[in-house]
Amino acid sequence: MEKRSTFNNLWLPYLLLAPQIIITFIFFIWPASQALYQSFLLEDAFGLSSEFIWFENFEVLFSDPLYFDSINTTFIFSAATTFLSLSTALLFAVMADRVIRGEMAYKTILTWPYAVAPAVAGVLWLFMFSPSNGILALALKDWGYDWNHILQGGQALVLVVIAAAWKQIAYNFIFFLAGLQMIPKSLIEAAAIDGAGPAKRFWTIIFPLLSPTTFFLIVVNVVYAFFDTFGIIHAVTQGGPYKSTEILVYKVYNDGFIGLDLGGSAAQSVILMFIVISLTVIQFRYIERRVKY
Amino acid sequence: MIENRPTLNALTHVTLVIGIVIVIFPIYIAFVASTHEARDILMTVQGWFGTNFIENYSTVLEKGKASTGSISVALMMWNSLVMALGIVVGKISISILSAYAIVYFRFPFRMFFFWMIFVTLMLPVEVRILPTYEVVANLGLLNTYPGLVLPLIASATATFLFRQFFLTIPDELAEAARVDGAGPFRFFFDILLPLSRTNIAALFVILFIYGWNQYLWPLLVTTEQNMTTIVMGIQAMLYVPDDINEWNITMATAILAMLPPVLIIIVMQRQFVKGLVETEK
Repeated sequence: MEKRSTFNNLWLPYLLLAPQIIITFIFFIWPASQALYQSFLLEDAFGLSSEFIWFENFEVLFSDPLYFDSINTTFIFSAATTFLSLSTALLFAVMADRVIRGEMAYKTILTWPYAVAPAVAGVLWLFMFSPSNGILALALKDWGYDWNHILQGGQALVLVVIAAAWKQIAYNFIFFLAGLQMIPKSLIEAAAIDGAGPAKRFWTIIFPLLSPTTFFLIVVNVVYAFFDTFGIIHAVTQGGPYKSTEILVYKVYNDGFIGLDLGGSAAQSVILMFIVISLTVIQFRYIERRVKY
Repeated sequence: MIENRPTLNALTHVTLVIGIVIVIFPIYIAFVASTHEARDILMTVQGWFGTNFIENYSTVLEKGKASTGSISVALMMWNSLVMALGIVVGKISISILSAYAIVYFRFPFRMFFFWMIFVTLMLPVEVRILPTYEVVANLGLLNTYPGLVLPLIASATATFLFRQFFLTIPDELAEAARVDGAGPFRFFFDILLPLSRTNIAALFVILFIYGWNQYLWPLLVTTEQNMTTIVMGIQAMLYVPDDINEWNITMATAILAMLPPVLIIIVMQRQFVKGLVETEK
């Protein structure tokens, strides 16, 4: 869509665009190209000399079992977070959509955790699962289950998944509720007249009609689990114990800033960029399709 | 409501109450802990509020946590506020200007610039941390507010939002303005900006939360303690090897860290939902 009526000015549009373009170039495009360039370099630890080595950084990365462990951890972490958060949010949204009295109160309370920073969400759950004084850790101990995420890798992963999913429920709830309210009531009434109960109506009408929203949310949640959860990992487990919660983003940070492996970290950044780009493309293709409906 | 099923209605409310408990419970526990003395919550769980509310919160605000260098949390909150507002103002102003240029002017390389802005969507700070850090260090911006704000303010989503909105404004408005002798500046300030008010308010909520909750970037750019932001400041409080872990202080900081964004969401609920749904389109 284009405007028919526009202003004519030779230099003004460039002046208006300048701030954004300058920022974009200095802080986005230049660093990204640097990451691409550095991923082909081998630098010594002091940064004094560097050598162009083509794809060796990538070869090293892909022959490193630790990198595959990290990919594996990221996969489990994002799948679990997305599933847990989406299913609980959908349940609450379906229920909130049914409610007539008190709808606004439920909605406000269920949406505001969106404002809690991932790192803060991590700290809240860390406290509740703290082995010596956390309310949930002590409750588990009473039931005979020994909770110690500081030593147990699996438990640490469960902890960060719960914290990440908890923070994201609010976001998913808002979008599911908006999606539910767009479904025509007449369809559901027709099904009810034909004798379909609430459960059947949900699985045969509401859930399929909600699939565009669900698909959109899956992409957003995967992006969230891949990138925005850095704060949770860094604050709660620091990737440990024994790298059991080291997701890809944390590994880029850890190898680059703590391990000072610049080429390896840059190569990992490049791989992450490809992941973001493909997720963005998927999202945009899907949005184009949704417009046609 | 299609039919009247009392058991199902009861179940609905029960489920929603469980949902509210899941959402509130972690915050309730943190708030309770923040009102006790450190030794009261070291080995046991407290279920009800203690008496140290005023004492703990004034300690936190004035002195911070002794074992982590005693940076006052009030200063951290100030840093967070400056960063969040800087990001809000920066993002909104540069994207409304560039959207204006792209929609209301015809000039060479217009689509090239549009795509250049679009690319920023695909480069979140997490995937370009090291080189961006180098750029900021070379510019001498480490431990400064511009260093915290500038690398985060280019935003494709805000530009798209304004572009979409400008495209819905009738052409007749621009024509009428031109017939009446208004130039591009006059049109922007007297017509476009007032019309964009609701969009700006919606973006304000979303971007403020985004800015306040930044974690990775401040972690890299601030090495001096007096530039710490509150969300990353909590992390330093968690790891105190030799000292008694003062959970009450840490939890009070956590409560303070979520207070401003939560208040904004509750007060501006309508703009928040609008902003969330529209920026994701």
